[in-house]
Amino acid sequence: MKKILMSLLAMFVVFTAGNVYAGDSIKIGVVASVTGPASFLGEPERNTLVMLEDQINASGGIMGKKLEIIIYDDETEVNKAVLAADRLIRRDRVQAGIGGTTSGNTLAIMSNFTRAQIPLVSMAAAERIVNPVNPWIFKTPQSDRHAVTRILKHAKAQGYQNVAILTVSDGFGQAGREVLRELVPEMGFNLVADEIFGPRDTDMTSQLTRIRNQSPDAIICWGTNPGPAVIARNRQQLRLDIPLYMSHGVASRRFIELAGSAAEGLLLPLGRLAVAEQIPDDHPQKGLLLDYISQYEERFNAPVSSFGGYAWDALMLIKEAIEKGESAEPKSIRDNLEKIQGFVGTGGIFNLSPEDHNGLDESSFVMAVIEDQDWKIVSE
Amino acid sequence: MEGKKGIFSFLIFVVITFGFPWMLTNDYYLSILILSGITAIGVVGLNLLLGYAGQISIGHAAFFGISAYTSAILTTNYGLSVGTGIFSGIALSSVVAVIIGIPALKLKALSLAMATLGFGLIVYIFLNETITLTGGPSGFVGIPRFNILGYDFYSDLAYYYLVAIILTFVIIISLNIINSRAGRALKAIHSSENAAMVMGINVARFKLFVFVLSAVFAATAGGLYAHYLSFVAPSSFDFHFSIKLIVMAVLGGMSSVWGGVIGALFLTSMPEFLRIYEELETILYGLILILCMMFMPQGIVGGIGKLSGFVMGMFSRGGGRNE
Amino acid sequence: MDLGSFLQYLISGLTIGSTYGLTALGFTIIFNATRVINFAQGEFVMMGGMLSVFFLSAMGAGLFPAIVLAVTCTTLAGVVMERLVIRPVQGANVINIILITIGVSIFIRGLVMLFLGKDTFALPPFMGTESLNFFGATIIPQSLWILTITMFVLVGLRIFFNKTIFGKAMLACSFEQKAAHLVGISVDRMVMLSFAISALVGSIGGVILAPITMTSYDVGILLGLKGFAACILGGLGNPFGAAAGGLIIGVLEALGAGYISSAFKDAFAFIILLAILFVKPSGIFGKAEIERV
Repeated sequence: MKKILMSLLAMFVVFTAGNVYAGDSIKIGVVASVTGPASFLGEPERNTLVMLEDQINASGGIMGKKLEIIIYDDETEVNKAVLAADRLIRRDRVQAGIGGTTSGNTLAIMSNFTRAQIPLVSMAAAERIVNPVNPWIFKTPQSDRHAVTRILKHAKAQGYQNVAILTVSDGFGQAGREVLRELVPEMGFNLVADEIFGPRDTDMTSQLTRIRNQSPDAIICWGTNPGPAVIARNRQQLRLDIPLYMSHGVASRRFIELAGSAAEGLLLPLGRLAVAEQIPDDHPQKGLLLDYISQYEERFNAPVSSFGGYAWDALMLIKEAIEKGESAEPKSIRDNLEKIQGFVGTGGIFNLSPEDHNGLDESSFVMAVIEDQDWKIVSE
Repeated sequence: MEGKKGIFSFLIFVVITFGFPWMLTNDYYLSILILSGITAIGVVGLNLLLGYAGQISIGHAAFFGISAYTSAILTTNYGLSVGTGIFSGIALSSVVAVIIGIPALKLKALSLAMATLGFGLIVYIFLNETITLTGGPSGFVGIPRFNILGYDFYSDLAYYYLVAIILTFVIIISLNIINSRAGRALKAIHSSENAAMVMGINVARFKLFVFVLSAVFAATAGGLYAHYLSFVAPSSFDFHFSIKLIVMAVLGGMSSVWGGVIGALFLTSMPEFLRIYEELETILYGLILILCMMFMPQGIVGGIGKLSGFVMGMFSRGGGRNE
Repeated sequence: MDLGSFLQYLISGLTIGSTYGLTALGFTIIFNATRVINFAQGEFVMMGGMLSVFFLSAMGAGLFPAIVLAVTCTTLAGVVMERLVIRPVQGANVINIILITIGVSIFIRGLVMLFLGKDTFALPPFMGTESLNFFGATIIPQSLWILTITMFVLVGLRIFFNKTIFGKAMLACSFEQKAAHLVGISVDRMVMLSFAISALVGSIGGVILAPITMTSYDVGILLGLKGFAACILGGLGNPFGAAAGGLIIGVLEALGAGYISSAFKDAFAFIILLAILFVKPSGIFGKAEIERV
């Protein structure tokens, strides 16, 4: 009997202790998947935000106020993302939110921010986040639709007719699959095979064998590491010479390392961050990208990835909105985010509006081929 | 003895549960308490199965999931009331529990563990792949908040009391079962199935009864979960969650209804405290689990019982008594 | 159906199934000595792969020395685990020990994540990447390595249990610990040996699989799960049943993905597993019912 009393008492003491009061700073809350399966996305995102926080504060903060970024790791778990969002809104009383890292986690925390009337800028790709438009929700990565369109335009130019798709059974793959199933027939291709693989599957020869039996002109694979690397290796093993398109989900050096020689010749849409050296000098993004890359690599001693750029764009868009409206009130941030035009970010040039809470189009992607263990922009 | 003590424990539980939340300085903790309470409803059921009937299930997340999704789909896509949705979820879960329980409960120990584990995985894959029905891996959004008879539990405090009341009911039901003829039958099954059978206990029927009851509790929790977060995804009901439920039951204390409650509260809130250690969190979590099981084999409830017995003993000679 | 595709499914099933089988072997060896399912078994497999990558890249060792080091370290980890957390709780409730092993697996995963990172890594194949033709199917050399090494491990264990004094002593312990103790066998030492062998076998599985499937700190969870399924399917307590169980599950998955649906392939394997359990609760190769816990 005393045991219950004592343990509940202990909980009581811990729970009632400590309360946070808002200070004279601008608080931005982040829910990111720093650990767990999506850590390859969340870690560069966290690093980028930490780096930017220091840089912005070193140069006088935002409108003279100190910027305070509070980052919670959701461990790629939906439950923890919701709890973290709750904690940011209620305990830390943030003025704007960034996150989540994955589409699933973003969809899960969206309602918390909407209810609290605090703007949230997501770092996840799924189109469902901003379509239909939710007044409080924005996102920085290009939508799957842009990537798919880019791939299919390339395929059209090669004269391909029959297309097979191979998608991972998680939020990322599902979103890609929905768009693929819509756009492949719409753009005049025949969808001859629609195969699925699990996020932790280690052998996809069965799926590729099935696809081979349908003899498509090209295969489009939608997934994040390590699945697509396994697929590239299995394709090499099966000696399939059908062209293989990958998604922007594997736009990291790690993919090339994992797939090794099997990565040669694969095609994928890339944000310009990955190929910053190769874009023309007069491109408006060039200077910004090179700065970001050198700062990031110097500080963290690790290669930069496109994913950190999503966080860069999210924070800088919020900063822009605060300065535009000269207010860090959540409502003002939201209103001014919608007014941002021609903002040069790492992912592309953002033109936001009340109807478009992403602000990018397919021109934010370039098509690249993997050659000599590096990306080469292909001219179309 | 057991009755008097039980009533006293129960009163303490009621006073703290219902008198405590409005003293919280921050309503963020309330959401942790709500999730702990919801999970506790499921764990108390699992505790009956594990601690009293001695049957393991590594698939209980499936019952959470079936019910959460049933209610989510019925209320969101078909406009049914939340009450009807949750009730249907519970009904479907118990039907599934009967279907899977009849063959599975004939299995012994680790085979049963495997069968329930396999069942859980199949349900998980089903939730993941039937995209048109469940929304697939990226989850099911827009589930209405719990409401009944025109009152919606929009504020967290209201939802907290709702969960607290249901948890109290679940505890009352469980305590009654333990102290009834059925409870004694269960204990007999736990110590020796053959002996229980010889004594004329219908072992299969009792095992199935507890299995279905624990599924009903898990399903109740699943419904409350879906209508609290307004969002469900298959990953919330995967194999890890089933394991976590068992860890909660054992860590709290298997042979006590309160163990389920304490275990759920402890394991749901612990990550919040470990958060400050960031990268070390996983390691510490593993370490705590190992140490608790090594030095408190009776779980937290048993451990605190020992400790309080020890403290009592220091003050009054011979007064301390372990459970 | 054409032969080439069928053979292809079979080859990929047997390759993946071998590692399920090796994981299952580890479960079985510890189960026989302790009556406990060691949920950290998958982590031994993970450590084999991850430590090889670490010794290869960070320490600059050659592939073969790196593998030997990794397997040795994992085996030692198995021994340390037994000494630190299993031996002190001898005679405790089985479910408690199982939870301790779950704690150990979380702990190991956390350590590897902290020190070796969260990324996925690839280990170079032992010999060549050029695939070979085999009646219309293709097979990579690493698959042959996996199948061969698995066979060697099985034969080695068979000899160990049947011919050596330690092996016989371990078998004796698995039948009746008290009697084994009475005839002068140190049960403690045998339990420790069982952890060492399990870790050894598991890490070998991890090493040979890593070139094909790549490895990361969290691969142990899924492999542990499949390995557990394999040893129940094969009949718990029977090491060779466990290995066979692993191969069966691997082949079922590959055929399921090939002929039925790639989305439901895991469900397909588990439905068959449940059906077998319901018809024959002791598993395919199990003899008597196991009735402890």
